[in-house]
Amino acid sequence: MNNVRDVVKVGIADMNVVQAPETIRTSGLGSCVGVVIYDEIARIAGMVHVMLPDSSLAKSGAKNEAKFADTGVPAIIKELTQSGARSFRLKAKIAGGAQMFQYKSGSDLMKIGPRNVEAVKQQLKIARIPILAEDVGGNSGRTIEFDPLTSILHIRSVNKGEQQL
Amino acid sequence: MNYIDNIQPIHLDILKEVGNIGAGHAATSLSILLNRRIDMKVPSVRIMPFSEMMELTGGSEKEVVSVSLRIEGEAGGNMFFILTVAEADRFIRKLMSDHLFTFQNREAQHIGFSAMQEMGNILSGSYLSALSDFTHLKLQPSVPELAIDMFGAIISYGLLEISQYSDYAIVIDTVLTELEDDNVETVKGHFFLLLSPESFPTIFEALGAGYSE
Repeated sequence: MNNVRDVVKVGIADMNVVQAPETIRTSGLGSCVGVVIYDEIARIAGMVHVMLPDSSLAKSGAKNEAKFADTGVPAIIKELTQSGARSFRLKAKIAGGAQMFQYKSGSDLMKIGPRNVEAVKQQLKIARIPILAEDVGGNSGRTIEFDPLTSILHIRSVNKGEQQL
Repeated sequence: MNYIDNIQPIHLDILKEVGNIGAGHAATSLSILLNRRIDMKVPSVRIMPFSEMMELTGGSEKEVVSVSLRIEGEAGGNMFFILTVAEADRFIRKLMSDHLFTFQNREAQHIGFSAMQEMGNILSGSYLSALSDFTHLKLQPSVPELAIDMFGAIISYGLLEISQYSDYAIVIDTVLTELEDDNVETVKGHFFLLLSPESFPTIFEALGAGYSE
């Protein structure tokens, strides 16, 4: 967390917390959802790159909390408050949850994007964290970067180019 | 229990052979299509964390052209034929004799797009039918889909099923290459085969190697 890099990267099924002036970034979101939760006064932001909506989908092994919406959102909130963020000030911005493929046959897993978005929203509602901005759904991949100094979420997609939320 | 823990070196060798046979047939199909000599590299079979898989072929944010399909039947998984935009452009230019074609121009629904999909269809079809013959397993591919987007956003679909079991994937990666006129070998695309964890016992058994859960 206290490293000297300017941009902290979050991998797939991974999470991290940064303090300004660091920014936090995850790239290549398809059906996955990037959830940013931040405290704009403390200028601390956490990001989790969620792959699946619910940890009950796990079939074996130790569970990686960051992989699932129902465990990842509470886990990043915990890490944020331990890093000095105040829970009543937390706000969220989310992006991702695209439907990249149609796959007429195939399991429900291939239509996971919208389910991820819904599960993330539900967790944020439970935690009473307002969602200030979102760019979800569609059929394009996204790369997102959040700057805790300005609370701006930068989003890049192949088809829509750059935008700021 | 993590399914990766049961994988022995012999299993990786078997998967290498799977990649070898599948992509070998695909390379032959492509040679015929383009009327040029297309070779393949020895497949690489690696067990890697998702985060590392996402960074293959130039990074998760890199824009690529992909033709992918779901495999269902006695074994399941996802297959991706992935090229950089420049490689895909060169392909279609040769195939269509249209030297101005580019996938960058998304508005014009050029016939090159359906040509690319059809080529992906042919290549993945030859890969899969070789695999099916080799293992004597019935495999049903879905209709291949063309996508031009970030590599990570595309390949993560192949990781969804695996992510229910592990944070590691067994990646069967085969590279097609072409020897150009100036003797420079250029990459012509990657085949990624990501089998679902439930398929490994079936495949290993079909090929005569025991695999205990």
